[in-house]
Amino acid sequence: MSAKFISIEGITRRFQAPDGGQTTVFEDIWFAIARGEFVCMIGHSGCGKTTVLNILSGLDLPDDGAAIVDGKAIEGPSLDRAVIFQSHALLPWRTVLGNVAYAISSRWPKWSRSQVEEQAKRFIEKVGLKGAEAKKPAQLSGGMKQRVGIARALSIEPKILLMDEPFSALDALTRGTLQDEVRRICLETGQTVFMITHDVDEAIYLADKIVLMTNGPEAMVAEIVENPLPKERDRNQIHRHPAFYAIRNHLIDFLVSRSKTFKSEIPADYDRRKPPVILPQNQPQPLPPSHEAGRKVA
Amino acid sequence: MRQTSLRLRAGIVSLAILLIFGLAWHLAVSGTGPAQQMDPEYAKLMGQTAVQGKSAMPGPLDVLGKIWSHLKEPFYDRGPNDKGIGIQLTYSIGRVLVGYGLAMLVALPLGFLIGMSPLMARALDPFIQIMKPVSPLAWMPLALYTIKDSSISSIFVIFICSLWPMLINTAFGVSSVRKEWLNVARTLEVGPIRRAFTVILPAAAPTIVTGMRISIGIAWLVIVAAEMLVGGTGIGYFVWNEWNNLSITNVITSILVIGLVGMILDQALARVARAVSFPE
Repeated sequence: MSAKFISIEGITRRFQAPDGGQTTVFEDIWFAIARGEFVCMIGHSGCGKTTVLNILSGLDLPDDGAAIVDGKAIEGPSLDRAVIFQSHALLPWRTVLGNVAYAISSRWPKWSRSQVEEQAKRFIEKVGLKGAEAKKPAQLSGGMKQRVGIARALSIEPKILLMDEPFSALDALTRGTLQDEVRRICLETGQTVFMITHDVDEAIYLADKIVLMTNGPEAMVAEIVENPLPKERDRNQIHRHPAFYAIRNHLIDFLVSRSKTFKSEIPADYDRRKPPVILPQNQPQPLPPSHEAGRKVA
Repeated sequence: MRQTSLRLRAGIVSLAILLIFGLAWHLAVSGTGPAQQMDPEYAKLMGQTAVQGKSAMPGPLDVLGKIWSHLKEPFYDRGPNDKGIGIQLTYSIGRVLVGYGLAMLVALPLGFLIGMSPLMARALDPFIQIMKPVSPLAWMPLALYTIKDSSISSIFVIFICSLWPMLINTAFGVSSVRKEWLNVARTLEVGPIRRAFTVILPAAAPTIVTGMRISIGIAWLVIVAAEMLVGGTGIGYFVWNEWNNLSITNVITSILVIGLVGMILDQALARVARAVSFPE
């Protein structure tokens, strides 16, 4: 971790509980993201992953602590941080072109109409939707809608891309293609990305670093896993990499058992401000790969 | 293919119903009852019903003839009590459009405010709930007393009755704009004015137009009653005046014309609704 481009410093978020008390979703979370890094956050539902992302996007504010980007605390939404929503959140009364152009003209209000359209078309083409510019979202499949969401987010050339389980609503085939494309585009532009997922394989394929959250409420960052796979990876070949099952088993073990028990058996040297960084190596595997293969955490 | 044939068959059935109804109507009024012996002077006053036993209820052919004569000369003006049906309709439609337009000017911005502010929504709710079920005609005496002009008073009554559906639907449409669309605007740092016009308005438009469609229907219902009450001009006054003239033919003609205009107003709003709707 060289420069701390994004620094999450001790953020806590509490919600009003129905009985009048307060529920602490997560408490005193610290981690950082370097420029150009692709970071995934994994955890079970209710651990506050989406809330962390909302705080990063500026849609939500922490009750304590701060999220700092480029030396400045986040105080609200910014065009520097684009969000790809889980539900794609396209404006249904606008065309594909209109949706992307809306973002672009928000980013550069002084641009002429033709400039905006040119930029929009460039990014629509980039996500493989050339020819569908005049279609309304209702005429598109789920995968195509999410492509528009991706084009919209990328078209404003954000410093940071925030993704909230962007592929979870898609079928496996579409999900794979879109993962490939997002990976390609982010590598090309050196995009800094923070993504939430609960798909272990997705995280291994895409991320440089994976932040593991314990179960909520009062969730915490258990550890940060460095991806041992090389930056150049092929989706069809990564399972042959010697460290692939090491990281995969590590992540699944965490989700299956350690995410529950971590809080009751916190290691003595655990420091919330510096969660342990783990680099899974080709260690003796707890289970034969054939047994583990294909197992997915919902 | 199936679609057209269904439409065609429905048209044939409609036509058959119309013919059967017309025929039954014609037969029902064409009979004669017992004629009474009376003084010729008195018989003149009593009309054909008493003298020849003929029904005073006109038949379909009489009504068709009347409609034809109105169509030939819709805009004649022979003094305050004898104006063409076209003039009367113009007065009524004019009042409805002015009252309705004023209601729009008030209801849309106010509805936006109520929809965006939970505080205002709660604060204004009791007033809306109490005022909404009041028959608009109950406002008439108050309007006549304060405005002192019968024509403007009926416009006020149209304003009041158009207000509530538009207000309530606008507030509801605005308050139920999907959070994710608002979040899109927020992450794009869209300012409040631009957000109102580019996100909230298009998202709420179908609900708002539904309210406007309900309003125009109610306004057209109410104008007839209001004009009967205040008199002078308008299709409502025309109906009442023809009742006083015992011209049932004109009354029936008016009923058909009122229905026709109401349908046109409703269809116009339906067209607007189609234009602003969006599939999800």
